[in-house]
Amino acid sequence: MTDDTVNIDSAEADADNHGHVAVDVTTLDAELIEGPSVATADIAEYALWLGDDSLILAQQLGAWISRAPELEEDVALGNVGLDLIGHARSLLHYAGTATNRSEDDLAYWRTEPDFRSLHIVEQPNGDFAHTIARQFIVSHYLFELYSRLRASADATLAAIAAKAVKEVDYHRDHSKQWVLRLTQGTDESRRRMVTALSDLWPYVEEIFRDDPLIERLEGIAVRPSSLRPAFDAAIAPVLAEAELEIPRGFVASGGGRTGKHSEHLAFLLAEMQVLTRAHPGASW
Amino acid sequence: MTSTITPDMSAPVAISVEEQQFNDLIEADSRIEPRDWMPEGYRKSLVRQISQHAHSEIIGMQPESNWITRAPSLKRKAILMAKVQDEAGHGLYLYSAAQTLGATRDDMTDALIAGKARYSSIFNYPTPSWADMGSIGWLVDGAAICNQVPLCRASYGPYGRAMVRICKEESFHQRQGFEILLELMQGTDEQRQMAQDSVNRWYWPALMMFGPPDDDSPNSAQSMAWKIKRHSNDELRQRFVNMLVPQAAVLGVTLPDPDLHFNEETQQWDLGEIDWTEFHEVLAGRGPNNAQRLQRRRDAHEDGAWVREAAAAYARKQSARTEEMAAS
Repeated sequence: MTDDTVNIDSAEADADNHGHVAVDVTTLDAELIEGPSVATADIAEYALWLGDDSLILAQQLGAWISRAPELEEDVALGNVGLDLIGHARSLLHYAGTATNRSEDDLAYWRTEPDFRSLHIVEQPNGDFAHTIARQFIVSHYLFELYSRLRASADATLAAIAAKAVKEVDYHRDHSKQWVLRLTQGTDESRRRMVTALSDLWPYVEEIFRDDPLIERLEGIAVRPSSLRPAFDAAIAPVLAEAELEIPRGFVASGGGRTGKHSEHLAFLLAEMQVLTRAHPGASW
Repeated sequence: MTSTITPDMSAPVAISVEEQQFNDLIEADSRIEPRDWMPEGYRKSLVRQISQHAHSEIIGMQPESNWITRAPSLKRKAILMAKVQDEAGHGLYLYSAAQTLGATRDDMTDALIAGKARYSSIFNYPTPSWADMGSIGWLVDGAAICNQVPLCRASYGPYGRAMVRICKEESFHQRQGFEILLELMQGTDEQRQMAQDSVNRWYWPALMMFGPPDDDSPNSAQSMAWKIKRHSNDELRQRFVNMLVPQAAVLGVTLPDPDLHFNEETQQWDLGEIDWTEFHEVLAGRGPNNAQRLQRRRDAHEDGAWVREAAAAYARKQSARTEEMAAS
């Protein structure tokens, strides 16, 4: 662009080929908006499970931007957060079709007991090692989940999964590289990474717990317990290379899928929802 | 090697072959590349300008990142995250451009954290309301674009090319800011109030982003001769105001300048007196958020030191391992 005259119209023309703010950040995928599909109550509940996990994790990663250890990580954590918020929007939009609610109705106007997020995504950012440990666990789980969900009998869930799996594959690699760097970097980074993994590991079991809802969604949802072997097999070589042992100790009782949350979620929601709730009915 | 090009007594200063080549390139509107000879003053001036620009991108992330966690819709949250992340990316391209001139990223970062380097004063203002995300996009990024589009033709190649990329993204940033304000102005009374209040706070500081008036701008003349800079501060400011007036009308906001009027003779919008005292106060470190912005950057840098050390140690171990394997 060498022309000196700049106005809003030329800005609009450029909007399609600018940098990171891709058009799909601002609009939901066409198939999700135009498609006739309305989720059943059970499918909506399942979409809420997955959507809330992505939303809460994206909210946490958003807080890193401008605070990361290096600029490259402001960009990388931002990218991961943006991908997750994209997944959350698609899933919440779909969940909302069952009750005629929008993605924002669901994100901003539900209270804590109505959220369905897993405790692991609710765990605070902590230091960079905690953020990486959380991301390492969740990305490996999501990769296995979305790989399988691509074959869902529900076309909308399958389409969301097909798009998400490619992005989550990158998140998996990003967190894996950092697990290796931190465990084999300095004594301090190793100590912090070991601590972080042991702090986060108690929340792993909840991820793979089945719930009565799953029994009603045969062929549509992915049974969480069925993902555990693939998850274990995927992380084992990384842990071996990092010379990390699977922590043995506490197992948190969880309960996110039935609305029983960690102490952290209420604070996170208070911050996320504060402005929207101050202006009921407003559009942004 | 110095050769006297013109033995004419009226030109007493001998200039080297390299300097003549440099002058010819500038004259011909060609690009100077990192390996080309350049006068020390040109190099210094560029390092100063590019690093200040990079620092501005980095500090400029803070006032907006304040609202990422509180953005009022998921769409706005996604756009804002992407925008602040773009700014980190701009900082990276610009630091790289400065590195081609021999500056190091560590030195530039240290200077910023020590409070020795300048960055755009506009980021020392606070963002107390969501509407500030709109005003920053519309006014601050808008002013930045007016300043930066001519820099795409800056004589130094790496800078000009970085600016081409940055300007494309900035124009999207301005657009999204305008949209935030438009949405607010079409909303409830409280939202309209929020938007107008924010425009009132950002308008004058945005005009000051073009720098002091031409007759009070010490570095401008040389930068223009070297074609680093292509238009004067006042010219760019005027162009910006001419662009804003019709956009403000579309938004339905008032620009807080009672003396603003259209001059039939010049076909331009004449603006009222700018209060430069405020500009100099903020520049001198007495703005609302100078201390906070630097502290936050320092905290992020210091909190992340162990991570950067780990990455460096890991990279050293990996390359030692690779060498070992190659040797065996």
